[in-house]
Amino acid sequence: MALESVTSLSPSVGKSPWFWRRRGSTPYLFILPFGLLFLLFFIAPIFYAIYESLFRSQRSGLGLGAATINFNGLSNYLQVIHDPDFFTGVGRVLLYGIVQVPIMLGLALLLALLLDSTVVRFKPFFRLAFFVPYAIPGIIAALLWGYLYDPGLSPIVKGVSGLGLGTPDFLGPNTVLWSIANISTWAWTGYNMLIIFAALQAIPTELYESARLDGASGWSIAWRIKIPLAAPALVLTCIFSIIGTLQLFNEPQVLSTISNNISTSYTPNLYAYYTAFGNNNYYYGAAIAVLLALVTCVLSFGFLHITRRQAGV
Amino acid sequence: MSQQTASVPIPTAQELATARHLRPRRFNLESIVAMTVLFLFTVYFLVPYFWLIVSSTKNAGDLFGSFGFWFAPNFNLFSNLQQLFTYQDGIFLRWLLNTLLYAGVGAVVGTWLSAMAGYALAKYVFRGRNLMFSLVLGAILVPVTALALPLYLMLSGVGLTNTYWAVLLPSFVSPFGVYLSRIYAASAVPDELLEAARIDGANEYRTFTIALHLMIPALVTIFLFQFVAIWNNYFLPLVMLSDEKLFPITVGLQTWNVTTAGSSKFLYGLIITGALISSIPLLAGCVVLQRFWRGGLGAGSVKG
Repeated sequence: MALESVTSLSPSVGKSPWFWRRRGSTPYLFILPFGLLFLLFFIAPIFYAIYESLFRSQRSGLGLGAATINFNGLSNYLQVIHDPDFFTGVGRVLLYGIVQVPIMLGLALLLALLLDSTVVRFKPFFRLAFFVPYAIPGIIAALLWGYLYDPGLSPIVKGVSGLGLGTPDFLGPNTVLWSIANISTWAWTGYNMLIIFAALQAIPTELYESARLDGASGWSIAWRIKIPLAAPALVLTCIFSIIGTLQLFNEPQVLSTISNNISTSYTPNLYAYYTAFGNNNYYYGAAIAVLLALVTCVLSFGFLHITRRQAGV
Repeated sequence: MSQQTASVPIPTAQELATARHLRPRRFNLESIVAMTVLFLFTVYFLVPYFWLIVSSTKNAGDLFGSFGFWFAPNFNLFSNLQQLFTYQDGIFLRWLLNTLLYAGVGAVVGTWLSAMAGYALAKYVFRGRNLMFSLVLGAILVPVTALALPLYLMLSGVGLTNTYWAVLLPSFVSPFGVYLSRIYAASAVPDELLEAARIDGANEYRTFTIALHLMIPALVTIFLFQFVAIWNNYFLPLVMLSDEKLFPITVGLQTWNVTTAGSSKFLYGLIITGALISSIPLLAGCVVLQRFWRGGLGAGSVKG
């Protein structure tokens, strides 16, 4: 009340459009533009995908007649749950994630800590160098590494075999998954490093100035002050990595053109894509996509729950 | 830790001043190890890019015939560039401009919407706030590729597929941007400042623009992430667009890659040169925006 009486004395208030005066609806005005688009392009497609996944397209007889679309209940989901292709794919990306995510984030944290420390010089150069892969679109990075794996083109393969160390096969049945892991690590470490680095920079320097006065070494400052305070950023990058891993698509799709060891159901996302667009089975594809999204949400919410205290959200 | 603390004498003010003056110390073990590690990873991150630069200067024969990590005697960059920009009536330039349009407009509008929504979530108490923030948080965890197919079917229902809008409109929505701007506004914009602005007679929108100044580091971050995300996006435009003239670079180059599929070595050179060109605007942008990063996300804090 008191505030309002003061405000009304101010001359500029008369020029304000009425809807920007302070009132209960003000926050909704701010949220409206985002909220509307969010509803249309984010929430609606989710429900539409769920809706679609409840139908199936059936052809009568020999499949020559027009397809009819029938309500199918949850049987698409039952089918996905019993689909070995789906489960092999999920198992594969989980194995991939358990190995690749800790390596990538450990690396990102190490590099961020080094760039934040006082013993390093040429920081802008390093920061830029680590950021270069991020400036290259994922599909281009996959093409680029594909050329570096391809025995016909790769200077790495030629170099190693030239040294008499045998011919490395980056595209074999047991190695291609880790070749993909290398592409993601290369492409995303800089990005994750930047998120962690930003969190480190936000820590007030007085905090470790006093620790330093107490004689704490650089490492113990890193362990006891920096890493705990950067924990929310680490949780964030970890969740993004979990999501990215389960969505794995670009790299295996590109490498499948030069390797015979990547099937159309190599990752769940690839499987959903080829089911929908390759076989024109949108309904089964939608069921795979919804279930994959569900697995992703369970894993990332679960992780968020476990690390709730560190995440600070 | 406590033993260490006890054994180290407390430095005098003058010693401290000298120590600060000498930093960064040049020749100690810690520094050498740290620099070595950083250099090794610099090599890892830059070598493929170096290969890209080297390869873009080669003709088709040298690309397969010469040593990959060094330049061939024939310097072919300019003829590669000329081929790249004239092939198929210069469609590559069109792709480049399309990508700039998608990423530029998408990131500016996306950042603006995120800033307003995040500010409101951080600075107002209202019914549905927690629900809204939970939705935004949840949306960050939704795999975007799962949305592309239903989005395509929805947009084709209203005749918007295969237009610029089909890529632009979904790009305006950045739940991560809202999350970042909410977190940042909550910690960097003091309530007292907003109250002071209101007492001075500013309306709510004017108050927001004042808060916006303190949110600049977060806004740069959101803009950068959103710009790169759209620039690098492949899946959404792949699903939405069928007209080559609307393609961004990623879809365009992949189309070339698929059509060659090993048969025409000539297109490899174009793809490599095109990949190099497509990375230049982002690199330039990063260099320009680096000074904003210097303050990091911690700049403009409450202490002001």
